[in-house]
Amino acid sequence: MEVTLQLAVEALHARYAHALDSDQLESWPELFTDKGKYRITTAENEARGLPLAVLYAEGRAMLGDRIASLRHANIYEPQRYRHIVSAVLVERESDRLVKSTANFLVVRTMENGESLLFATGRYLDRIALPDMKYDERVVVCDSRRFDTLLAIPL
Amino acid sequence: MLKAWPAEGATRVPYWVYQDADVYREEQRRIFHGPTWNYLCLEAELAEPGSFLTTFVGDMPVVVTRDPRIDGQGALHAFENRCAHRGALICMQARGRAERFNCIYHNWTYDHAGNLTNVAFGKGIAGKGGMPADAHPESQAPKKFRVEAIGGLVFGTLSSEAKALADYIGPQILPRLKRVMIKPVKVLGTYTQVLPNNWKLYMDNVKDTYHASLLHLFFTRFRINRLTQKGGVFVSDDGAHHCTYTERVEDRGDAYEAGGMRSAGSDTFKLEAPELLDQVDELGDNVSIQILSLFPGFVLHQIRNSLAARQVVPKGVDRTELHWTLFGFADDDEAMLRRRLLQANLVGPAGYISMEDGAATGFVQRGVAASPERASVIEMGGAHIGSGDSRITETAVRGLWKAWRSYMQI
Repeated sequence: MEVTLQLAVEALHARYAHALDSDQLESWPELFTDKGKYRITTAENEARGLPLAVLYAEGRAMLGDRIASLRHANIYEPQRYRHIVSAVLVERESDRLVKSTANFLVVRTMENGESLLFATGRYLDRIALPDMKYDERVVVCDSRRFDTLLAIPL
Repeated sequence: MLKAWPAEGATRVPYWVYQDADVYREEQRRIFHGPTWNYLCLEAELAEPGSFLTTFVGDMPVVVTRDPRIDGQGALHAFENRCAHRGALICMQARGRAERFNCIYHNWTYDHAGNLTNVAFGKGIAGKGGMPADAHPESQAPKKFRVEAIGGLVFGTLSSEAKALADYIGPQILPRLKRVMIKPVKVLGTYTQVLPNNWKLYMDNVKDTYHASLLHLFFTRFRINRLTQKGGVFVSDDGAHHCTYTERVEDRGDAYEAGGMRSAGSDTFKLEAPELLDQVDELGDNVSIQILSLFPGFVLHQIRNSLAARQVVPKGVDRTELHWTLFGFADDDEAMLRRRLLQANLVGPAGYISMEDGAATGFVQRGVAASPERASVIEMGGAHIGSGDSRITETAVRGLWKAWRSYMQI
C-alpha cells in the first residue's frame, strides 16, 4: 500500500464530506476536475445495467449550476447532513489516475431535531493526479428509496 | 361513518380526507379495488415470456406476469400476491422470470395467471394425511385482475364492471397519452420517492396547474414554464383524469416581475451549462411540457425530452410512495440517451423542478393536523370543472374531487 496516496485520497474524501456537511456548498464543485462527472444512482439500477441517475452532472459548470439552483431557486426545509465515510480502498491505475472505493453513511437532521438515516452506499471514484480531484464520482445508494427530496448532494 | 362535505361543494376540500383512517380503508375498497384502472408497469418491463414483477394496487401486493406459453406474445396477467392457503406472499422478488410460482411457506404452486395448480402433499403420503376430497382451497384464491395495455402502459382492475380501459381514460385524455407513447420504449431506470403525506395530496399537486410556476422557481427563473406561455388543460368529463401542456415559446412577458412575485426572473442567475435543457422536438408538436394524470394514481410526464411513468402507492393515511420509471424509446441514439439522462435532473427527488412537491404536500399534511373540519379553498377559475386554455385555474383539482366523491359516494 502506498501510505501517502492512501492518506491523500482519504483527505480528499474528508474535504468533500466537510464541504457538504458544513454548508460550504460552493466549494464542492472545486473538488472535481473541469470535466469531472458526478452521478447518484441506486444499487438496483447498477445491478440491472440501467443508466438512470437520480442526479447527474457532466463537468464543473453543471455542478456549479446545481449549487446555484439550491441557493437561488429550489425551496426545501432547512436541513444538515452528517457524512460518515469509511473502508476506503485505494488503487493506483497510472501516474495520472487513482481509483477509490469507499462506504458512506449520511444522516439528515431537520431544524426540529428529527434525524434520519438518509442514505448509505458506496463511492466509486476516479481521481486525477497530481491535482487530486475527482474525475468521476459515482454515488451508489443501497436503497432505491429517497425520503421527501434530495436537495444537498450526497 | 364518513363525514359530510362542505356546503360550498366543488370549491372546498375538507382536511379530514387526508387524515381519516376510515376514509383510507373505504378508498381501498371503493377506489383501488373498485371500477378503476390502476397502473401496473410498462409492457417493456415484461418483454420476455415467463417474466414477472411485483407491485401494488393500493395496499394490495400484486404479481404482474407475461404468460410463458405463447412465444413472445404471451398474455399479460396480474393477480394478488397472496397464497390461497395461509395468505403468505406467493412471490417475494421484485422481478425476474419463472416457470411457475411457489409459495415458500408450504410450496403451493401457481401458474402465470394466478391459478392454484398444486397443493403440496394435498393427497397425503401413502394414504395418510392430506386434505379431504371435498376441500376447496380455491375459495380463498388470490384475486385476479383484468389487464389491458395501451401504448405500452399496463393497467389492471379488479372490477368486472369497469369500462374498457380506453373508455375509462376517455376521448379528452387518450389522444394526449398516445401523443407520448408513439413507439416501443426502453426503461432507463427507476427509483422511489417517499412522501410524508396522504396519496391524494400528491395527486392534487399534480393536477394543480396554478402552483407549477409559483412553487418551482427553477421553471420561472429560466423561463421554462411561466403561465404567460401558451398552454392549456384538459379534464375528462368525470373529472377523474387530466392533462396539462405548455408550448415551447420564448417568453417575453414580465407578468411575474411586474407582480413582484418570489418566482420572478433574475438577470444575475443564469445556468453555466444550459445544454442540460436543450430539447429536440421529437414528438413534432412543439410541446415542451405535458403532465397527464389518470385516476386514481398514475402520472405520465414529458418534460422536454424526459419521459416517465409515476405510480402513486398509498402506504397509510400520511405516507405515500411514488415509484418513478424513466424511459426512452427503443430506437434512441446515443445523443438522445445522454439528453434524457441529463434532463432526468429536472425530475424525481433531486429534480430541479420537482423536488419541492414532496416538501409542499408534506407541509399541507402537517399544517392541517389540528383542523380536520376546515377546508382547502380551491376557487381559482370559480367552480368550473372542464378543459380550458388558462392554467391559472384549479379546474383539474376540482375534477379529482368530483371523481373521488363519486367513487366514495360522499
